[in-house]
Amino acid sequence: MKAIVVGCGRVGSAVAKKLTKSGWDVTAIDENEEALARLGEHWSGGFVVGHGMDVNVLREAGIAEADAVVVATNGDNTNIVVGQVAQKRFGIECTVVRILDPARAELYSTLGLRTVSPTSTAIEVLTEAVKSCSVKPLRAPAAAS
Amino acid sequence: MFVLVAGGGKVGSNVARTLRRIGHEVTIIEQRRDRFAELEEEFEHAAIVGDATEIFVLERAGIARPPDLVVAVTGDDEDNMVICQMARERYGVPKVIARVNDPRNEPHFDLLGISPTISATQTIMALIEHEVPEHELIHLLELRKENLEIVEVQIDKSSPSAGKRVSGLKLPSGSRLISVMRGGRAEIPDHDTELQPGDQVLAILEPGKEDELRRVLLKK
Repeated sequence: MKAIVVGCGRVGSAVAKKLTKSGWDVTAIDENEEALARLGEHWSGGFVVGHGMDVNVLREAGIAEADAVVVATNGDNTNIVVGQVAQKRFGIECTVVRILDPARAELYSTLGLRTVSPTSTAIEVLTEAVKSCSVKPLRAPAAAS
Repeated sequence: MFVLVAGGGKVGSNVARTLRRIGHEVTIIEQRRDRFAELEEEFEHAAIVGDATEIFVLERAGIARPPDLVVAVTGDDEDNMVICQMARERYGVPKVIARVNDPRNEPHFDLLGISPTISATQTIMALIEHEVPEHELIHLLELRKENLEIVEVQIDKSSPSAGKRVSGLKLPSGSRLISVMRGGRAEIPDHDTELQPGDQVLAILEPGKEDELRRVLLKK
């Protein structure tokens, strides 16, 4: 199975490595050549320097044969567009897009994009972490509106 | 009409200013503080500071009313695409216009169904083509939604269509001659109109029929 990871920052590079470990054939894309270093010395997968909005870069990374695409650049709107290009133009059903803004993540998931919002996850986890402390709140919880 | 302009640079501010002058209601969104300060002086409460791809910023600018038109003219194509998509899909804005900064992104706008789009590069190229026609067939107007375009052709002595009547031309299906300009006067051709060297002919056609049309009117 072949996967393409667009955006090889902290998140993208780690996803690329994890997928490789689980047996995927992974090619990472990043604008910055130095991002290759994040994949470690023994990176055996592919790496293409370029912008994910550039269809030629996606093609060079092998999007025509890809089974999955992960989009995790540092720009929400870039991710939204690249994700839709992968999904609609190249017909890759398993396209997963990181969107930091919870509002846009929710909206685009209703529009049929598989979105992941780390911010929403962080909000949930942080709130739960506070609730799990053995400290009593001053007021009774507000009724759900 | 109520228009929301996203992006307060040279393009956005001038569009907003002009619309206001001719009596429309406008709000303009700009992210950069320095630009916003200037816009606020001119547009007062109708200028909104913030990222126009953030839903709460759009809502402060009145997107939920919704506007009759959203004009997305920021310097980022991905932002313009997302603004238009959200305006249409979430808020039911009936009409959007987007600026294309990098013409290589034009297919993405098409893919997402965002139209019409305005691209300075393409406008300039069209003007250059008009001045220096490379293919003797000049694109004047593209009607993307209608899937039609209007082209201009200059007939000369060697053109196979010179001296022929319109009814005698084997025009490709999906194309039609709409005007013939001769000696500074334009007329709408009918079957009996005879084309002459020097005529400037306007034709409407489906994209992709250019080569066929060129063959019939101009040879090669």
